Amino acid sequence: MRRLIVALLLVIPFGPAWAGPVTSFTLDNGMEVVVIEDHRAPAVTQMVWYRAGSADEPPGMSGVAHFLEHLLFKGTETLEPGEFSATVARHGGTDNAFTSYDYTAYFQRIAADRLGLVMEMEADRMANLRLSENDIATERDVILEERNQRVENSPAALFRERMGAVQYLNHPYGAPIIGWRHEMEALDRAAAVDFYSTYYAPNNAILIVAGDADPEEVRALAEKHYGPIPANPDLPERIRPQEPPQLAERRLSLRDPRVSQPYVARSYLAPERDSGAQREAAALTLLAALMGNGQTSVLNEALQFEQSIAVQVGAWYSGMSLDDASLDFVVVPAPGVTLDEAEAALGEVLTGFLETGPDPEHLERIKSQLRAQEIYERDDVTALAQRYGRALTQGLTVADVQAWPDILQEITDEEIMDAARNVLDRERSVTGYLMAPEVTQ
Amino acid sequence: MIRFALVAIMVLAALPARAAVDVEQVTSPGGIDAWLVEDHSIPFVALELRFRGGTSLDPEGKAGAVNLMTGLLEEGAGTRDAQEFARATEALAARFGYGAGDDTVSVSAQFLTERRAEAIELLRDSLIAPRFDPEAIERVRAQVLSGLRSDQTDPRSLAGRAASRLIYGDHPYGRPGEGTIESVSSLTREDIAVAHRAALARDRVHISAVGDITAEELGALLDRLLGDLPATGAPLPGEADPTLPGGIKVVEFETPQSIALFAQRGPDRHHPDFLTAYVLNHILGGGGFESRLMTEVREKRGLTYGVYSYLANKDAADLWMGSVASANGRVAEAIAVIRDQWARLRDEGVTAEELEDAKTYLTGAYPLRFEGNAQIASIAVGMQVDGLPVEYIANRNEMIEEITLEEINRVAREWLDPDRLTFVVVGQPEGVESTVN
Repeated sequence: MRRLIVALLLVIPFGPAWAGPVTSFTLDNGMEVVVIEDHRAPAVTQMVWYRAGSADEPPGMSGVAHFLEHLLFKGTETLEPGEFSATVARHGGTDNAFTSYDYTAYFQRIAADRLGLVMEMEADRMANLRLSENDIATERDVILEERNQRVENSPAALFRERMGAVQYLNHPYGAPIIGWRHEMEALDRAAAVDFYSTYYAPNNAILIVAGDADPEEVRALAEKHYGPIPANPDLPERIRPQEPPQLAERRLSLRDPRVSQPYVARSYLAPERDSGAQREAAALTLLAALMGNGQTSVLNEALQFEQSIAVQVGAWYSGMSLDDASLDFVVVPAPGVTLDEAEAALGEVLTGFLETGPDPEHLERIKSQLRAQEIYERDDVTALAQRYGRALTQGLTVADVQAWPDILQEITDEEIMDAARNVLDRERSVTGYLMAPEVTQ
Repeated sequence: MIRFALVAIMVLAALPARAAVDVEQVTSPGGIDAWLVEDHSIPFVALELRFRGGTSLDPEGKAGAVNLMTGLLEEGAGTRDAQEFARATEALAARFGYGAGDDTVSVSAQFLTERRAEAIELLRDSLIAPRFDPEAIERVRAQVLSGLRSDQTDPRSLAGRAASRLIYGDHPYGRPGEGTIESVSSLTREDIAVAHRAALARDRVHISAVGDITAEELGALLDRLLGDLPATGAPLPGEADPTLPGGIKVVEFETPQSIALFAQRGPDRHHPDFLTAYVLNHILGGGGFESRLMTEVREKRGLTYGVYSYLANKDAADLWMGSVASANGRVAEAIAVIRDQWARLRDEGVTAEELEDAKTYLTGAYPLRFEGNAQIASIAVGMQVDGLPVEYIANRNEMIEEITLEEINRVAREWLDPDRLTFVVVGQPEGVESTVN
């Protein structure tokens, strides 16, 4: 029974990444290319990832990366607004885009013989975007409605925003990807154009082609369509404000009348995966799985089976991040259990784990599931394309992605315990309560 | 000169018109039918089961029984309690999923070839011999109740429930499939056991398997997996008679953005107009950025992040539905635009270009769906639930190509009914009066 009432903070980037053959190369203008072959169906996915996300926005302009993502569908010197998607659709394809803290990505899925067509259009909007004031005003209303839908209508989403804002004292990860509402309302054409001309260039982009594609043909098409676009010589170095030492534990509570199932969340600042140095992140990945993944996790056994403290527990860690990541826990208390009691129970389980360490059989089950996942994941080439895209925009290399499954298998009990002791430090944590307002008589 | 280049490509290249999927119809030695797509390139199998009936089998006063029963299938079975069952599943790296919908109980499984026999034994236990241990019942009941409590203040859940109550009244579709706090609180172990016998039976199961398995192996597997289920289950509920008076029902709820669901009657999956209505709906509000509703409500006016319409076919009712979400101060305009587009499409029909674009999209996108064992298995079992033959995969694009402008505009005139298009709005919509109780 896994009814998820607490939406995941982050997608769990579990496991290995080898599908079919993976080929990578770089164009003369600096654009990286990765080809993941899967010839079972005559279809192909093109993705272009920019190393530019919400954490790269100028101060006071939160949401501009995502706003620009919307505006990239608004036309170029040769394409009318909406014509990009309409053309893809007329060829039986689908297209969309997404934005995160460290990247913005655009993709199309289409019949394999149409790869050149979508490359031509994607290359066009990398260099030739045209925006009218009218497009800006209407699309700003659309992103405000998107914020209404995703955030303002959901106390859980408002709560996650506040948790993030308090976790990061100085890093722009503290601002939501979609933006703070008051800053979104002020986004204008100049803000979007500035972000576009700073970051949208081949030497800041990664092309991923996954599916029924031949690497040599992809190379020829990429050279033809993306090759002529000049690199941006003024591309800024990607240095964001970093966290100072976190010395003070933080606590918050959000009260909202729309909350009818309260819960407690705890997040700890945690190191991310770094190129050539992924072992601690691998240990944290296994730690999160041990603590909160599935029926037999440590938290689930303690808080649902041994005691009836919780109706749901979870633990998440995503090491795929350019800068500091976080390890997150959630406990949804059973009726009659207060948030204080749920928090105390979480604390006891974490303390107990630091004393006993992982059960060897449990760790082996998790590792064998990870090995099996290598087989299951060959079934979903689009998910693999996303993994490479995220990795390459977040400071990792193709070699890092390919080394990851073996590193996970090598991690020892001691490394998991070292990572746990390092990260589970209350001074670097935020504890949040999401609850309904107190009833006054 | 990009636009000229695009035109040239469109003319020169033909779209792949057929999905290349080879479906074999298999009957096990014990007489169980299944669809199989053999593909030995990855050493695992995706298996999908759909038991017709689902939560609409719940008797009056027992709403939520099938849902709770389904949640308990993996919570202890055969000789294993809940934790032992979970540990065994994890050790095999098998993946089992169980879900209850209005019309079906669904079971999805993926298992490695090298652990196939052990995985099937576990899955069999969960279907044939679930234990329904008292501790497990209380634990899962608490999870369901927690979800039901959350739904009470979630605008989207509130909208769905209000729409179902209004449209279906006393029919089982009018009740929440998960039940209510009251009904779930009072369900007994016997109610759950009754739901199990009612919902999981051989007379109502549809099966697909895709991946590393032969027809002979699949036949033996299915006999072992399902042979000991009861031959028959509970009778399915009768046809619903949807109430769709037109107008608007407002459910007051304090939140910044209103959610609107809208519905009118739609064609049955086997009505001769169905596929034409499907193409018409694609033009009206079927998903892409190019639909009329997206163009008018989002692209031109910025009134929403998303507006969609879709044909909603259930076993016992057929609707044409849609949804939109807009700030409380703007939702009145969104509703007016949607109703206006509905009327225009009925009165003026679609253009030849719109029909052509819809055809090229729908026929081109269809083969792209058949990607991966898990996805193909899901499509294949869904076709059986819909009562479609295997040949539909090969013939579907041709049937879409044959639709004429006259035909689609006749379907628009005869089916689209803006006066009966009924809206349920949850929020604090400004300038929207409730006209329906």
